[in-house]
Amino acid sequence: MFIMKIIRIITRNIRDGFKSVGRNLSLSIASISCITITLLIVAIALVVSCNVENMTKLIKEDFTIITFIDNAATKSQIEELKSSIKTIGNVDTIEYQTKKEIAQEMKGTSDSLSSIIDSWSDENNPLYDTLLVKVKDSEKISNTATQIKKMDLVKDVKYGQGMVESLLSVFKVLEKAMIIAMIALVFVTLFLITNTIKITIFSRKTEIEIMRLVGASNFSIKQPFVVEGFCLGFLGSIIPIAVTLYGYSELYKNFNGQFLSPFIKLVSAEPFIYIVSLVLLGLGVIVGMFGSYRAVRKYLKI
Amino acid sequence: MEFIKFRNVEKTYKNGVNAVYDMNLDIKKGEFVFVIGASGSGKSTLIKMLYREERPTKGEIYLGGINVAKVKNSKVYKLRRKIGIVFQDYKLLPKLTVYENVAFALEIYGLPTDEIKRKVLKALDLVGLKSKVKSYPDQLSGGEQQRVAIARAIVNSPKLLICDEPTGNLDPDTSLEVMKVIEKINDLGTTIVMATHDREMVDKMKKRVILLENGKLIQDYEKGSYVHYENN
Repeated sequence: MFIMKIIRIITRNIRDGFKSVGRNLSLSIASISCITITLLIVAIALVVSCNVENMTKLIKEDFTIITFIDNAATKSQIEELKSSIKTIGNVDTIEYQTKKEIAQEMKGTSDSLSSIIDSWSDENNPLYDTLLVKVKDSEKISNTATQIKKMDLVKDVKYGQGMVESLLSVFKVLEKAMIIAMIALVFVTLFLITNTIKITIFSRKTEIEIMRLVGASNFSIKQPFVVEGFCLGFLGSIIPIAVTLYGYSELYKNFNGQFLSPFIKLVSAEPFIYIVSLVLLGLGVIVGMFGSYRAVRKYLKI
Repeated sequence: MEFIKFRNVEKTYKNGVNAVYDMNLDIKKGEFVFVIGASGSGKSTLIKMLYREERPTKGEIYLGGINVAKVKNSKVYKLRRKIGIVFQDYKLLPKLTVYENVAFALEIYGLPTDEIKRKVLKALDLVGLKSKVKSYPDQLSGGEQQRVAIARAIVNSPKLLICDEPTGNLDPDTSLEVMKVIEKINDLGTTIVMATHDREMVDKMKKRVILLENGKLIQDYEKGSYVHYENN
């Protein structure tokens, strides 16, 4: 009996929540548009920041210490060198390239170069055998490079000294700026959406007052409004989600997965767009519910 | 047996205004009581304390054995379910039909739909508006709207009906119509406490009249009228 009563109260409240979206149509539309616009901005910010993040990650992953090996080194000595480099904690992978392979690779890059390289024999190839060392933490790349340079049979190391450091510092600033921008944006979203919903509910002060007078408990007053906030958040996130799903996958297709140059790769559309959509939906719904909860509380004596 | 008891009740608002001084009052079950007095005499405060919208600063108010002053904010709704309240401005929800406005007060208890229907129609029948169930408040006259509000207040068969100037917005004929409905409810055993300015009505009804002035209870007549007030 008691459970039936509770179920009836809750289902009625949910029904009323949905109904009042339609009953207060103009204000609902105002709230929904506000949520839509803010979530669209959030969507764009998310897409941009994730892509920048991705780009910096890819560039960092590309950081390589090129280790030139003395020509006098034998095969077994090279193996030894490889294993001693591996003992450095920051080293991720090591790739061995003979000078012959490098010459072949260089031939492909230009015709004039290829004729010169063709004239080299195995003996007078001026290049060195190299080890391409990738690091785990790009911040410590210069440290690792000096460690490798100190080793026997290492002629020289190159990792883009100077350029790498300045890139890293630019990335650091970029990342910080992005985090600050995202936090600010989330607060603006919270503020905007809760305020619009507050206005919606403010206009229904009498409704809350009457509910209190006829003996509705605080819980059953709040519930329909929270349901309503859920609806508003849900409806408000539809357009931003559609734009994300369609817009980003089209963008990705049109740019062939890269932005302006082959070095800047876009985050692949799937599952990225689904994650962004989920974030938008969650943000809309949670902020909507939270906003109406806060607004109703103002008119309740608790 | 006293149904309502005021014991040394005093109310001072936060801004320092003293609305009610040292009030003692007993109302029996089934009584019909008018509360009269000029604006600012403390009528509204007295009424509001009765349904626990305001809390007395000092003293105790008992309503059927419950100390109203001690009811917690979060439990006020339980008290409200035992009383019906009618206001000057009806306080109907404009976007709900007459039926929905009245049913509203029952839905929050989680009653089954058929039981709600039965009770709502019974209450609307009592106020003579059974034919208007599907109308919206703005399609009704002031008197009809007030009767809908009364139906909502009594649909849960409360022991006490509190009326705060229920005829304040109505012309004399309509007021009488509303008053008859309230009298009918009183005849069915519900205690009525009504704040009013309507002197004609008070004179005509010959009910108990409590006169307030500057927050003090100065007269209590068994079968009173406004005449006493004017002679004061």
